Amino acid sequence: MLNVNIAGVNFKNPIIAASGTFGFGQEYSSLYNVSKLGAITTKGLTLHPREGNNGLRIYETPGGMLNSVGLQNPGVIRFIDEELPRMKRLGTKIIANFGGCTIDEYIKGIELLNQTDVDMIELNISCPNVKYGGMAFGVKSSIAYQVVREAKSCCKKPLMVKLSPNAEDIVDMAFRCCEGGADALSLVNTFKAMEIDIHKRKPVFENIYAGLSGPAIKPVALRMVYDVSKAVNIPVVGMGGITSAKDAIQFIMAGAHAVQIGTANFIKPDICLDILSGIQEFMEKEGIKDISEIRGIA
Amino acid sequence: MNFQYRVEIVDENMEISKGIYKLSLSGKFKGVPGQFYMLKTYGLNPLLPRPISIHDIHENKISFLYSVVGEGTKFLSQLRKGEQLQILGPLGKGFNVENIKGKAAIISGGIGIAPMLYLSKNLKVSTLHLYAGFRDEVYGIDDMKKYTDKIYLTTENGNTGVKGYITEIFNPSSYDIVLCCGPEKMMMKTVKLCKEYNVPIFVSMEKHMACGIGACLVCTCKTKNGNRRTCKDGPVFLGEDVIWDA
Ligand SMILES: Cc1cc2nc3c(=O)[nH]c(=O)nc-3n(C[C@H](O)[C@H](O)[C@H](O)COP(=O)(O)OP(=O)(O)OC[C@H]3O[C@@H](n4cnc5c(N)ncnc54)[C@H](O)[C@@H]3O)c2cc1C
Ligand SMILES: Cc1cc2nc3c(=O)[nH]c(=O)nc-3n(C[C@H](O)[C@H](O)[C@H](O)COP(=O)(O)O)c2cc1C
Ligand code: FES
Repeated sequence: MLNVNIAGVNFKNPIIAASGTFGFGQEYSSLYNVSKLGAITTKGLTLHPREGNNGLRIYETPGGMLNSVGLQNPGVIRFIDEELPRMKRLGTKIIANFGGCTIDEYIKGIELLNQTDVDMIELNISCPNVKYGGMAFGVKSSIAYQVVREAKSCCKKPLMVKLSPNAEDIVDMAFRCCEGGADALSLVNTFKAMEIDIHKRKPVFENIYAGLSGPAIKPVALRMVYDVSKAVNIPVVGMGGITSAKDAIQFIMAGAHAVQIGTANFIKPDICLDILSGIQEFMEKEGIKDISEIRGIA
Repeated sequence: MNFQYRVEIVDENMEISKGIYKLSLSGKFKGVPGQFYMLKTYGLNPLLPRPISIHDIHENKISFLYSVVGEGTKFLSQLRKGEQLQILGPLGKGFNVENIKGKAAIISGGIGIAPMLYLSKNLKVSTLHLYAGFRDEVYGIDDMKKYTDKIYLTTENGNTGVKGYITEIFNPSSYDIVLCCGPEKMMMKTVKLCKEYNVPIFVSMEKHMACGIGACLVCTCKTKNGNRRTCKDGPVFLGEDVIWDA
């Protein structure tokens, strides 16, 4: 049995496409049958449309990549009107990833998403907080707690909070998000990182910093998922550098109910299916009947 | 959308000029001029596939022409006959050959010559002139002689053709349409030139990519109509629409 229940939502399997790497599912659906996925997470949505960052947006590093997309998205209203109806036809669960620059934006966005048939909201707290000079909400637990509490008080959907690995203390962050009312946690988002162009003698990105993802972050992400899963009693969704069934099983053994696949989609567009069938094979070989038997076993 | 992900076997991978390789795969391949494929060698290093234009398609063969500039293209150049290559494509919007008419000029800089063979083969124009600029060695133009009425060359060291940049000898005034591929600065200059003479120009943009299919938004090209994805809405854009990175 591969299906998992997270905060009342039944996913047919634990493989979820990660936010920002899968668009709204349309492009990948013309390559393979995406209804085989447990869920698709939308590109990070914001209340208003965003053009994203200027200049170079990607830089490859050994085993990873830095991205500086800057949350380019059509805004939650156009998402609901244009993308969601098409997404519903893809035959899998939909997780709406949503972030804001102020608490008010979080509330307004959630109220709009409440009225739709998205299955779950993933609260992106890695967004820059205007009130605190642009520092991400997800760095200080006390600030994250406020956002999560306000979001939960108006949210009518299952609420999963996506943690940033840039949190001062990831376990304390997880605790406080639980206290604030999170129904589930997902982690990790990208690591704040940078590169310097030695010929231009300045940072590669206009924004200076960018987010690191891909295999390079996997062991660190795994450690964080392990620590957080042990500390909280709500479901955890793990991600960060997963490229194989082995990686995915490691996250599940670390305590994750499900995993999200991001950067790996770029390496091989149907890699999610390889990971899924690899997990099935492993379960058969090891005599595992239900994926929950190995959850948190390590 | 008609693109596919496939694992193919390398048929031939040959250095045709210093650091310039031609790689062919046999089989049936689709694509229109200006479209590209994402090419990926085995393993996690380098992590991402590389966008490479269609150089030519025959009934039973596709070829790519590429310049070795970094790790990814170096790995590509080391592929031998019989080894595997993962390909995703054909991708993007190419040149609309049905709408390109009259007297046309192709202008290329360096490896920007790569998509021009398949383009010149498929164009249905009355006259076609090629302006190709190179640093020192000239490559990729022999095959094009058949399909062009005249070829102008420049090299930066003056070894072949006129010494200097191709933009210095190009005058758009006598053309109905211009088709351009090369380094961003060169394309920007060419668009400016064409604007002075009011000649329409299409450019093939090169932005760094990850997914290649329009899902990740790392390849954004700013245009007068807003952000466009180079991999899906491009790589071919109307020159006057592009807002250039400084
Ligand atoms: C639509 C399109 C068609 C192209 N067609 C051709 C072609 O036919 N022949 C050819 O030789 N080159 C072509 N290029 C450029 C080619 O993709 C790059 O030269 C190549 O990706 C460099 O990889 P690298 O690892 O060798 O270099 P590195 O500089 O080490 O690459 C580092 C990273 O930057 C990216 N990158 C570097 N330069 C470019 C560039 N100019 N364009 C896009 N990404 C870049 C790489 O993909 C990689 O992710 C094309 C680019 C695009 C966008
Ligand atoms: C190009 C790109 C865009 C992303 N955009 C978002 C986003 O909009 N919202 C979000 O919460 N995470 C975003 N992420 C983070 C991923 O969802 C994921 O948390 C992270 O990349 C780690 O997983 P991975 O190593 O499997 O990619 C993005 C990642 C990449 C590579
Ligand atoms: S490369 Fe992903 S959208 Fe263009």
